[in-house]
Amino acid sequence: MDIIRVKDLVKKFGSFVANDHLTFHVEEGEIFGFLGANGAGKTTVMRILCGLSAPTSGEIMVAGYNVYKEREKIKQNIGYMSQKFSLYEDLTVSENIRLYAGIYGMRKKEILNREDELLERLKMEEIKNKFIRDIPLGWRQKLAFSVAIFHQPRIVFLDEPTGGVDPITRRQFWEMIHEATKEGITVFVTTHYMDEAEYCDRVTIMVDGRIADLDTPRKLKEKYNAKNMNEVFLKLARKAKNGDDK
Amino acid sequence: MSFVINNISKSYEETRALRDVSFETNEGELFGLIGPDGAGKTSLFRILATLIFPDEGDASVKGFDIRKDFREIRKILGYMPGRFSLYHDLSVKENLEFYATVFGTTIAENYDLIKDIYAHIEPFENRLAGKLSGGMKQKLALSCALIHRPDVLILDEPTTGVDAVSRKEFWDMLKRIQKEGITILVSTPYMDEAALCDRVGLIQHGKLLSVSKPGDLRFDEAMILYSFRCKSGIYEYLSKIRGLQGCSSAFLFGDEIHLLVNGKKEAEELERAIKGWNVPALSLKQITPGIEDYFMALMKSEKHDDLMSEEH
Repeated sequence: MDIIRVKDLVKKFGSFVANDHLTFHVEEGEIFGFLGANGAGKTTVMRILCGLSAPTSGEIMVAGYNVYKEREKIKQNIGYMSQKFSLYEDLTVSENIRLYAGIYGMRKKEILNREDELLERLKMEEIKNKFIRDIPLGWRQKLAFSVAIFHQPRIVFLDEPTGGVDPITRRQFWEMIHEATKEGITVFVTTHYMDEAEYCDRVTIMVDGRIADLDTPRKLKEKYNAKNMNEVFLKLARKAKNGDDK
Repeated sequence: MSFVINNISKSYEETRALRDVSFETNEGELFGLIGPDGAGKTSLFRILATLIFPDEGDASVKGFDIRKDFREIRKILGYMPGRFSLYHDLSVKENLEFYATVFGTTIAENYDLIKDIYAHIEPFENRLAGKLSGGMKQKLALSCALIHRPDVLILDEPTTGVDAVSRKEFWDMLKRIQKEGITILVSTPYMDEAALCDRVGLIQHGKLLSVSKPGDLRFDEAMILYSFRCKSGIYEYLSKIRGLQGCSSAFLFGDEIHLLVNGKKEAEELERAIKGWNVPALSLKQITPGIEDYFMALMKSEKHDDLMSEEH
């Protein structure tokens, strides 16, 4: 089943075309990678799919809801996490969990029940009253992801979730992503680490506001006669004329 | 010797940002300091740029002491901080002119040094710096750091958050700057950039774990690294492999699993065990460690558990 369906998505900012007739779908339960150079239009797509920004034109359905009319419904069915902003530094671990759960519309009783379970799973019981600013970055990222899926959304959007973290934490993070998909959550993720593109079921590569290609990592590597996804990316993205400097 | 760092330590309240760090860079070298966020890279760079003092230890830049001779150091050093710190409300050209003037020079005098870089943004000379894209800001910041033709250049995570194509371009620029005889000290969280440096220092939790040429990274004799590949569903094998006796760690690496085994005998047994699983299209072979394998092995030996209490 398709959990995201995008047909002819166009988004313009004045005369600048950020997304130029994009058509793709995301299957329920898959890890869908979204790659592209800075300025290729990735964030714009993600904002539209999350119901934060209205498209200029196109038919877009997320979790069965229409992005023009049912944005609030969409927000209730998704989770979101980014590297740049995820948790409140001057709130404690526990306060962050409760705050986000409340924002995502969970009931107080359910929050209290599941909070302990989450803290135990993350082995964070002892630090639940520590401020976020006082815990290491790797722990924050794992907590931020757990908070984003705490309300059991159907889709979670991850915007460069692993920037700057150490290589072990980065891999543990991806193991958490794999575990989440086992529970049926669909993952839509952007990254600058090309080895992480290999962990996706399918990968989209955006160049200059268009989809340059979309397929499984294996098929992309075969098609472009590339050793790894980095080579695939460089081959496609180098063709970009205005990727970064517009 | 361009940078000489002796037993530098630095703490912020309870956080120990740098712990007894020592190393030296050679004249004209491109030296990479590689480690995740919070490793202490920025603190070290700020000390060398004479912006903060260390609590303990000493350091010099081109023979000038960071405490006594900070005025001299500032004349010969170019510094590009991690956060964009040019004037948003000045134009591209005004920023460059400002930096040239501060250092008592002119754009014309050193134009040849920055030409390759500045040419990319010259068409937008009159645009306000705050309105530039990320890649253009990066090029302007580098131009400003170079405009007084420094002997040594410190770049704090110039490629963080930058896509793979722009990262490659940036490293090509660094190689050209190095050819001008400028010593470059650069930090990055991207392990794959290590291969582009003459030597790399690996840093984590304020401790320098190792310094070596990128090609010289080797494990202990006894440690054997394998690459495991299969047709599909590789993630499902991860916990199975971790459960094998003799396997000291196993992690996903793109479309492979890298597994580390301690001991030759253990390796043979583990190989036999995996081959007994009848994995479709199995490929299992010994490989030489890459920078990430190496870094991860060093991290593990650093005792993960006590970091929480010690670090913060």
